[in-house]
Amino acid sequence: MSSPLPPYASTLQITWFYAFRVICGLIFFFLIFPILVIVPLSFNAQDFFTFTPEMLRLDPAGYSLKHYVDFFTNPDWQQALWNSVTIAPAATILATVLGTLAAIGLSQSHVPYKSAIMAILISPMIVPLIISAAGMYFFYSRLGLQGTYIGVVLAHAALGTPFVIITVTATLVGFDRSLVRAAASMGADPVTTFFKVQMPLIMPGVISGALFAFITSFDEVVVVLFLGSASQKTLPWQMFIGLREQISPTILAVASVMVALSIVLLFTLEMLRRRSERLRGLSPG
Amino acid sequence: MSSATDTPSDAIAGDGIVRAADGTPLKRSLARALRREKLRSFLLIAPLLAFVVISFLLPIADMLFRSVENNIVQDTIPETVQTLASWDADSGELPDERVFAALYQDLQIAVEKRIHTRLGSRLNYEKSGMSGLFRKTGRDVRRTEAVAPYKEWFIAIDEDWGDIEVWAVIKRYSPPYTPGYFLNAVDAELTAEGAAMKPENERIYLTLFWRTLVMSLMITLSCLLLGYPIGYLLSHLPARSANLLMILVLLPFWTSLLVRTSAWKVLLQQQGVINDFLVWINLIDDAGRLVMINNQTGTIIAMTHILLPFMILPLYSVMQTISPSYVRAAKSLGASDWTAFWRVYFPQTVPGIGAGAILVFILAIGYYITPELVGGTSGIFISNRIAFHISTSLNWGLAAALGTILLLLVLALFYVYDRIVGIDNVKLG
Repeated sequence: MSSPLPPYASTLQITWFYAFRVICGLIFFFLIFPILVIVPLSFNAQDFFTFTPEMLRLDPAGYSLKHYVDFFTNPDWQQALWNSVTIAPAATILATVLGTLAAIGLSQSHVPYKSAIMAILISPMIVPLIISAAGMYFFYSRLGLQGTYIGVVLAHAALGTPFVIITVTATLVGFDRSLVRAAASMGADPVTTFFKVQMPLIMPGVISGALFAFITSFDEVVVVLFLGSASQKTLPWQMFIGLREQISPTILAVASVMVALSIVLLFTLEMLRRRSERLRGLSPG
Repeated sequence: MSSATDTPSDAIAGDGIVRAADGTPLKRSLARALRREKLRSFLLIAPLLAFVVISFLLPIADMLFRSVENNIVQDTIPETVQTLASWDADSGELPDERVFAALYQDLQIAVEKRIHTRLGSRLNYEKSGMSGLFRKTGRDVRRTEAVAPYKEWFIAIDEDWGDIEVWAVIKRYSPPYTPGYFLNAVDAELTAEGAAMKPENERIYLTLFWRTLVMSLMITLSCLLLGYPIGYLLSHLPARSANLLMILVLLPFWTSLLVRTSAWKVLLQQQGVINDFLVWINLIDDAGRLVMINNQTGTIIAMTHILLPFMILPLYSVMQTISPSYVRAAKSLGASDWTAFWRVYFPQTVPGIGAGAILVFILAIGYYITPELVGGTSGIFISNRIAFHISTSLNWGLAAALGTILLLLVLALFYVYDRIVGIDNVKLG
C-alpha cells in the first residue's frame, strides 16, 4: 500500500484497497467523533444532550454560550477549576524533580539492584487505581493527611513519577556520556556540568515527563474521590459527581475546554519530540 | 571518574603491583572509584525511592494487611474470648455460665465506650442478624441491671443467645488474624468443618471476577480488531501522512478520561445522538430506541474507545520495523496476497499484538470510572465492588481482600508483560 496500485491489479485487489481505506476511515471516525461531537453540543441553547431541530437548521437561536457562562460563574465549578490548577502544578514539580534525579541515577552504569528499584519506582503506574486509592485512603487517614491539600498533592506526585522516569530514561539512552567527561576535563564541577551540559540535552524528556505528570494529576479522579474532601474537589471530581447524579450540560462546556487543553498539550509534546530528535541527530529535519 | 584511570603511565612499580599515580594499588583505586559512583547514583535515586515507598507502597501494604487483620473481637470482648476458648462448639451444648458472665462484663465496658455496635457489624458480615443482636443487647445492658444466672438473662433479651451457631461464629472469629475476608471474597465461608463454598445463589464475587475477566477480554479483542487495521495503515503510509493521521489516535489518548466517558454517556443515551440519528434515518422507530447505556454494551463500547490508543501505539511501533521486502519476496515466490499476509507479515506482528493486548487487558481489569458511569448494574467491574465496600458498606476487610486478589492478578499479568516487552521498553506517546 506504500505505492499506489500497480496497473495490473485485479478488480478484487482494487476493491479491497478501497474497502480497507473505508474501514480505516470508519475506525478513525469512531476514535475522533465522540470527542468532537461534544464541542457543538456544548453550545446548545437548551438543556438537552442532543442536537435540537434549531441546531440542525443552523439557526443562531439554537446556539448559546450559557453553559460556558455557567462554568465561569458557578462557584462550584470555579472552586473545582481553582483546585485543579493548584494541585496539578505542585504534584508535577514534585514528581519531575524527584523523577529526573532518579532517572539520572538509574542511567549510571553500576547501579546495584537496578531492576528491583525500577520495578518499585514504576509500580504506581501498574497498580490499579482503585487499589492505590483504597490504600492511600486508609494510610493517609491515619497520618491525618486525608482530606488535605498536601495529601492529594503527595498522592498525585507518586502517581506521576513513573511517567517522568520513563521519558527521562528514554532521553538518557541517547545521551553521550563523554560530554560529561569533556566538561569535567575542562574544569567544570559536577553541578555546573549537570546544569550546563546534561540538563539542556535531556530537557525535552524532562518537559514531556512533566507534561505526563501534569495530565496524570489533572485528569485523576479515583484517588481524589477517596483521599480528598469537598474542599479538594477538582474538575474531574466535579464532572464525575455531575455525571453520576444530576447530569448538567455545563459538563459539556467543561469537556470542550478540556479538549482544547489536550490539543495544546498534544502539539507541545510533538514539538518537543521533534526538537529532541534533532538535538540527538536522529532525524535530519 | 577518578584520576586513577586517566594516568596509566609510570603505573608499574618495582614490586610488580600495578599502581595509580598517587601510589595506591590500581585495583583498590578502581574499587574506590566504583564505590563512589555507586554511592552517587544511589544518592540520586534515594529521594524518589523513599518517597514512593512511603507515599505509595506502605499504603498498599497497609491495605493488604487489613484483609487478614481481625483484632476487633479480641479487643471488644477480651474476657469472653478467653473463657470461650475452652468451649467446644461441636459439643452441642451452649457455653456455660462463666462465659455469659464474662460477656456481661465485657459488654458493660464496650457499651460505655460505644464500640459494641462495631463488633456487631463486623460479625454481621459472617452471620446476618448479629448486628441487631448486639445493638439490642447493648441497649438492655445499659438500661437494666443484670441478675444471675446471666445465661437466662441474656436469652431473655434475645433468644439468639441460646443459638449455638451464634457462639460458634464468635469463637471462630476471635483469633487476631482470619482468612474470613479472603474466603468471603471467593464466595466461601468459614464453617465448623473449615472452609466451604457458599450456597449457589449467594455467590456474587466469583461471578463478578469472572465477568470482569470476560468483559476485559472482549474489550481487548475489540481493541485488537479495530487497532490492527489502523496500525497497518499507519505503518504503510508515507511518514508525513502517517504523522497527520497519528494525531487522530493521539488526541483521544490525551483527552481526559472523564471527557470521553461523558461523551459516550451523551451519545449512547436513549434520547442521545446515536438513537436520534437511527430514528431519523428510519432504521428504528421512536418506540424501539436501543438501550446502549447502563449495561454491558455501554461499558464495552466506551472502554474500547478509551483503551484503543494503547493497542494502536505498540502495534504501530512493531509494524514500523517490519521490512516490506519480506512480503514482496513472498509474493515474488508466488504467494497470494492473503498467504503473504497471513504466513509472512502477520507472524512478525505477534510481539506487537502481545504487548498491546496485555497492556489493554491490564488496564481494563482495574477500571473503575467508566464502568461506574456507563455500566449500570450489569456492566460493573470488581473495582466498583471494592469502592462500594470502602465507601458505602464500610466492610474494609472484604474490600482489602478483593483488592489483594485483583492486585495479584494484575502483577501476574505484568510479569508476563515484562517478559514479552520489558518494563524499560514502555513507550509513551
